[in-house]
Parts: sequence; C-alpha cells; structure tokens
Amino acid sequence: MSYYFAILSPLDTPLFEHEFGTSKSGGDGQPRFTEQARHLNQFILHSSLDIVEELQWTNGQLYLKVIDKFFQNYISAFVTASNVKFLLLHQPTTSVPTANANANAANGAVVPNTAQAAASSRVNSTSVGANPTSPQTEEAIKNFMNEVYENYVKAIMSPFYKAPNMEIRSPIFRQRVAAAGRKYL
Amino acid sequence: MSQPRPPNGPSAAGNPSAIPPKEPSSSHTTGLRYPSNGKTIYHRHLSRSKTAELSQASFAYLFSEMVTYAQRRVTGIQDLEKRLNIQGHPLGLKLLDLLLIREPPRSQSRPLNIITLLHFIKINLWQHLFGRQADRLEKSSDPDAPDEYMIIDNEPLVNAYVSVPKEMSQLNCAAFVAGIIEGVCDGAVFPARVTAHSVGSKEEGEMWPGKTVFLVKFQPEVLEREALIGGKG
Repeated sequence: MSYYFAILSPLDTPLFEHEFGTSKSGGDGQPRFTEQARHLNQFILHSSLDIVEELQWTNGQLYLKVIDKFFQNYISAFVTASNVKFLLLHQPTTSVPTANANANAANGAVVPNTAQAAASSRVNSTSVGANPTSPQTEEAIKNFMNEVYENYVKAIMSPFYKAPNMEIRSPIFRQRVAAAGRKYL
Repeated sequence: MSQPRPPNGPSAAGNPSAIPPKEPSSSHTTGLRYPSNGKTIYHRHLSRSKTAELSQASFAYLFSEMVTYAQRRVTGIQDLEKRLNIQGHPLGLKLLDLLLIREPPRSQSRPLNIITLLHFIKINLWQHLFGRQADRLEKSSDPDAPDEYMIIDNEPLVNAYVSVPKEMSQLNCAAFVAGIIEGVCDGAVFPARVTAHSVGSKEEGEMWPGKTVFLVKFQPEVLEREALIGGKG
C-alpha cells in the first residue's frame, strides 16, 4: 500500500506533496511507487479535481470520501472551508495474506493492477487499505485528513503565510503529516 | 523576502539574539528560524478558552496606526477605504478556516449557500472578533439588486475611538471589517465586494450614531450557482 498526498490551492497549484507507505500490518512506511508511477500519480490526482469541484457543492461535509478511481488508484478528497483541497491517492496492494504483501514490498516489486486484485482485497477487508471503500479505511483516512487539516490551519495562522496560495515549506509541517500517516494509514 | 542588511549595521546590533551569519545549510537547531525551546506554531492549540480577550485600548492604538499607515499617499477617501479593506482581507481568509475547525466536529460543514455563509459571518465571525453577534442581517429590497445583502452593526468596535473630520464625512474606518468579511466570502468561494457605510444620523437623540451597514454585493456567478444547486445544504 502506497500513498501520495497533495494539498492544492483554490487555484489548483500544489502547496504541499508527500509520499508515504502504509505502517499498518507490518508495513515500513515507505512508498512503493515506481519512477513512472510517481509522475502518473500527479496526473491522476489533478484529473480528479473536476469531480471534487462538482461534489463540493452538493455535500457540505469537509471529507468527501473516495471520489475517483483510476484502475487501482483510489482518490480520497477533503475540502477545507477556504476551498483548499487535500487529495490522497492510495493504491492497495494485491495479495491476500499480508506476509505475501510484505514480500512483494520488500522486493520493491510493483504490484500489477489486475481484476484479481479487487477480488482478493474484498477477502481481506478488515485491514486498512486493503479495501479502499470499506468503512474502516474511510474512517482511517478521515482521521488522517482531520489531523492534517488541524496542522494546515496552524500553518496558515503564521502571519508570514499568505493564504491561500503559498507553498508550505515548513519541515515541521512535513513531520506532522508523516506522523499522521504513520498513525492512521 | 529577506532584504540584504548592512553587515555591521545598527539593525544587527539592535537585535538581542543576533548571531554570526551562518551558511543556510547549517544545522536545524540554530538561527532565528527555529525557536530555542523547540516550540513552534504547530505545538500550540487551535482552540482558545472563551475568556481570551484582548485589551481594547491597545487594539484602538494599533488600529489608529493602521489607519495612519493606510492614509499615506492616498488619493482620496475611496482609496483609503480600499487600503483598509486590503488590510482586512487576509484576516478573513484565515479566520474562515480557524473558526470552522473550532466548531464541534458534528457541525463542521462548509457553507454552501449565501444564507449559511452570512449566518456564519453574523454569528461566528462577529462573536470571535467582537464578542457579540452582529445586530441585523438584511437582504436588499430593491428588485434590481438581488445580489446585495446587508450586515448591520449598531456600534462597530473598530470605530469606538475614531472621530472622522467633517471634510472626510464619507469615510468609515470599518472598511477594515468590510475587508475581513470580503476575505471570508472570497475564501468560501462566494466572491463579493463588501463596503462599509455609515447610516446613523448625526442628529441629537439618535440612538446609534455610529450605525454601520456592511453592504455585501456578490458576483453574478454566485447567484447563478445558488439558483443551480437550489439552496441545498
């Protein structure tokens, strides 16, 4: 399971990006994206913005759950009051037993996106991330988003931060996001 | 960003924590950028106790400085009000997120229509800034201006110690508050122009001589969207 998280301003410019892997069920917290996939991730994430902009006016909730899917890439969205978007791309691993998943991950193997994967992930639906649309996963992502939101608000409280179109460069903010990722995902 | 300083200028000498200039790549624990006790803005709580009030006298002093600052090199009263508006705008943008996150999690939701947004301003924003709600909320009765709403404050706190000279009678320094409102509206994707107008009559016996109307004029696209989503949410 690998995650790509980005904060996008109301003008759709990226303010913050972070990649990480799962820390649940023995994961080491390292992302397993290939170099190619990392470029593709940005495309996938940004292409889901149209859907976010449509949904944000029908649902006043901040957390919009999984809003888009591109093969095995799921996008969860969170829209703040000031229309800043938090997008999380998550790519569930295929294997049924966790040991196998770790073996795959250890080899650095890219997990193929097959229809089988979707079937197997349903079997292992209790673990966070295996099934991106399960209530457990949604709850975990919600907690993650809320924690990032709290830190984002702290970041914009800085009088030197010009909301909402300035890149967030603070290393402490990055640490906090990484810690939230470790805690929940 | 950082302006080049004279190497041994008075500014360096006057700085109590002046340290010899270091390479930018020096360790993360030194320099003014990193606090010595390790506490950053991220270590502070977002929610404050209800009694966290500030001195009105010191606010009035700062505000008078802000007006003086804005008044430099202005061409007219409109220009001055615009500058005050610009000073308030970023506050509104930031307060929108801060006030929302201070709401209890159950009622955290983005304002989706004009009425919810204006209620948020009238209640939450006013409560936070001035410790009370705004006095009234009105919609323009003029059929030609369905995009105009009014937030009415009988006694704006910012104007408490402001006496406007006769020749500038159009000026209302609450333009600063109008800027904050505008920031909230813009942030929530309800782009609007907000202006402050004095409406209290100067006659003897007037109950609220400082009565101010904040006229919120939304952009046409806001009304268009409002009609489209049918005021849902």
